[in-house]
Amino acid sequence: MSGRHESWFDDEAGPLVRSYAVTGGRTRSDTLGLDLITLVVAMRTAREVAAIEPEYARILSLCQKPTSVAEVAARVDLPLPVVKVLLSDLIEQNLVLFRTAAPPTEAPNKHVLQAVLDGIRKL
Amino acid sequence: MASGNSEPRRALTATAVKVLIAGGFGVGKTTMVGSVSEVAPLRTEEVITTASEGVDDLSGVEQKTTTTVALDFGRITINPDLILYLFGTPGQDRFWFMWDELAEGALGAVVLADTRRLESCFAAVDFFERRGLPFIVGVNCFDGAYRYGTEEVRAALDLDPDVPLLLCDARERESTKQVLTILMEHVMKHSDLAAAGY
Repeated sequence: MSGRHESWFDDEAGPLVRSYAVTGGRTRSDTLGLDLITLVVAMRTAREVAAIEPEYARILSLCQKPTSVAEVAARVDLPLPVVKVLLSDLIEQNLVLFRTAAPPTEAPNKHVLQAVLDGIRKL
Repeated sequence: MASGNSEPRRALTATAVKVLIAGGFGVGKTTMVGSVSEVAPLRTEEVITTASEGVDDLSGVEQKTTTTVALDFGRITINPDLILYLFGTPGQDRFWFMWDELAEGALGAVVLADTRRLESCFAAVDFFERRGLPFIVGVNCFDGAYRYGTEEVRAALDLDPDVPLLLCDARERESTKQVLTILMEHVMKHSDLAAAGY
């Protein structure tokens, strides 16, 4: 992440082109298995990281508290596949931690179910 | 191994769970999500690439189509370590392929029904039955909509007797709370039965 990085695209290219340009054309991030409700949390603030691209900086500032992948995508207003790639990059650089939901094969934990029920009653 | 990092390390101990709000187009799914969500309903776009069918493959180049599906969802922080997300399912039939991903790992689902076009929720009921995902049916009572009795709706949907069905108003927070409470009670019962081997 050192050195100056000149973007070849401009605003005329439009937001969608830009979002995939930011991922270097990558659309897959299957290795980490990030899904809609995988929680992510930033380990650093954007200010602590030198020469960070604006999209990465925005994501870091959005997940200072545990936040789902879907929520990050909604708030940065980029399609989910793009956000998954960007988050994967941040995770690989140890700037973001992630935690997947329980594997779908696992029966829901009874304590979790009870906590959700109690929480809804208290709303 | 000790970390050389002098900053306090953040831990990620929180867990996220999700519940689905399903039903036909325009039945009030996002309204229901918004009535209890602690944030205004959020929208994200999933982009799906599928191989197109029925295209003559003359060039040897794989034909693909890309579809964008908007997902609306809300959040309820149950406690600092547990976040509940409510996802509205895409209403149009052509987005069925999204349902598997949405249902994966979901605790349960609410099928929102509109008695003026009950048939629009048949597909959702079938999907959750086949998938074995616990669900309940909420009959959204729109202003001026003719109200059928719950037994009439139950019969029309051919619901199993143990599937809870109730009248609700998706705009009202208290009503949605009641719907979600009954859903979670049903999910827990379902989980007990599964644990007992039924």
